[in-house]
Amino acid sequence: MNARTLFIPLTLFVVIAFLIGPFLIIVAASFSAGETLAFPPQGFSLRWIAKVFTVESFRASFGMSLFLAIGGTAAALIMGIPASYALSRYKLPGAEVIRTVVSAPIIVPGIIVGLALLRYIVVPFGVGISLALFLAHTALVLPYAVRVVSASLDNLRSDIEEAAVLLGSSRLGAFFRVVLPNIRGGILSAFILGFVTSFNQVPVSLFLSGPGVRTLPIDMIAYMEIVFDPSVAALSSLLAFLSIGIVFAAERFLGFSRYV
Amino acid sequence: MSDQSYLSLEKLTLAYGDTVAVADLDLDIRRGELIALLGPSGCGKTTTMRAIAGLLPVKSGRVRLDGADITHVSPNKRAVGLVFQSYALFPHLSVYENVAFGLRLKGMRGADLDARVQQGITSVGLSNFANRRPAELSGGQQQRVALARSMVMEPKVLLLDEPLSNLDARLRLEMRTELQRVQKETGVTMIFVTHDQAEALALADRIVVMKRGAIEQIGSPQDIYNRPQSSFVADFVGFENVFALEGGKLKANGHLYDLQGDVPSVAGLAWRPRMVALGEGPFRGTVRGTSFAGDRREYLLDTPLGPIKAEDDASAPVHELGTELAFDLPARKAAPLASFA
Ligand SMILES: Nc1ncnc2c1ncn2[C@@H]1O[C@H](COP(=O)(O)OP(=O)(O)O)[C@@H](O)[C@H]1O
Ligand SMILES: [Mg+2]
Repeated sequence: MNARTLFIPLTLFVVIAFLIGPFLIIVAASFSAGETLAFPPQGFSLRWIAKVFTVESFRASFGMSLFLAIGGTAAALIMGIPASYALSRYKLPGAEVIRTVVSAPIIVPGIIVGLALLRYIVVPFGVGISLALFLAHTALVLPYAVRVVSASLDNLRSDIEEAAVLLGSSRLGAFFRVVLPNIRGGILSAFILGFVTSFNQVPVSLFLSGPGVRTLPIDMIAYMEIVFDPSVAALSSLLAFLSIGIVFAAERFLGFSRYV
Repeated sequence: MSDQSYLSLEKLTLAYGDTVAVADLDLDIRRGELIALLGPSGCGKTTTMRAIAGLLPVKSGRVRLDGADITHVSPNKRAVGLVFQSYALFPHLSVYENVAFGLRLKGMRGADLDARVQQGITSVGLSNFANRRPAELSGGQQQRVALARSMVMEPKVLLLDEPLSNLDARLRLEMRTELQRVQKETGVTMIFVTHDQAEALALADRIVVMKRGAIEQIGSPQDIYNRPQSSFVADFVGFENVFALEGGKLKANGHLYDLQGDVPSVAGLAWRPRMVALGEGPFRGTVRGTSFAGDRREYLLDTPLGPIKAEDDASAPVHELGTELAFDLPARKAAPLASFA
């Protein structure tokens, strides 16, 4: 083997190690028997995994994150599905501009979105933190919802709606009877993508925390500043496996990657 | 309502934005007629169908059906069926549910529904496919589902947009027969769009030839085939040699030529290739191309009149490339054209 043929597999290995390595380290650290977060782990135990479930603030912030992920994604879909429909079916003036604007949060760094929300919405209007978080997560997920749902709408021929109308359905009825059932996979995929995105979100939520109101990732950061034990690693591993599980199930049952 | 005008289009003008696609179209269709809308791509056939179905708002004019003005009736209340060129079956529903779709919306349930759906599916020969999804069917079978789905609704008019164009040659013939059978059995008034003259001639009671958003000629298949009224229709139905007349003389390339025999006083004359007499006559041309077509041989001649297409029996002696030939355009055989564009 000369240097050239060695170069490609080597690069590949480095990239993969770079991507997966931290994850493996965290997983290993979660099973440590030691008192502090350390790698390599000292011994093997499940005590830190068990501890995660006993930390009160984790339970509260997990609830908050779950609520945001489910509620925010649902709200984003309720707005995103009609928006996607309008963008894909009607030749609206400026549709491309709207599409770009709606997708903007994907481009704009989350930390800027979070700061802007705090500075221009929460503070001047006295919006509660929970509501602000809900709005922020909805806005965060909306671009994904529009993107994924649009993709499945673009793959669905539009003449079936006219066929439904000629068979006696109203326009709105046609949407529910023949459009929705055919983009179900896209909607579920958008939901899962939105859920995972929202659940793992840090920057947008960073500025939006108050007494007793925090998302789980933010709570983990706060916890780590005080207690430096492996339970944060244990929780991260649990969350990572949850995400992986969801995505695998989605791929298996929905062909997730077709939409994303 | 007279029986002559079960469906009438009156001064119908249709537009996409400011672009007029169909202008001032008048058409009367009898109950139970099988009409072919024939014309080249882009002449407004689909546009006209969509307006009859109510999918495209009318810019001006009216649509009447069975004595009622339906110009502004919404498409789901018109009792007009449309079989889309793409079939537009519901991909998430079985054949059975596709056919049941409209009946369910009518409130039909239970045994009534089942009987109608089964009958609809059986009538197009798909009783073994009731539980299949559209994606599991061939193009021809999908076409039949689309037909059954519209027919079970007992529409007053059934529109079919290029129903045969997506099928291969063998299926096309089969489906042609099928459409004719369905129409005769149910007596439904049917309009189908095609750009294939052979299809129109074989199927229709009357043919409506369209050109650039207007009707060029309406007539029986025999009329259209033998007596085209304009150079456009003549060309479209296979009169490949079309010339204008001026003062009883044939006008070509800016010159006037005498014709033999009585020349009618019309705008132009048209000859099919087989109407051109080869080997004798006042005109001369050079053989530029020749091809064998089974029972006959086709020739392309270079002549002072321009290119001429002619045919001879396959058994006749072959005129080789480059040969100079005498030929005639006999006036008595030509189709007289009232208008020449
Ligand atoms: N959705 C549309 N928007 C704008 N112009 C259209 C649209 N559909 C058709 N047209 C135009 O209207 C004319 C007639 O089209 P159509 O009815 O589809 O023709 P045909 O079915 O005879 O091929 C064409 O010039 C076509 O370009
Ligand atoms: Mg068309």
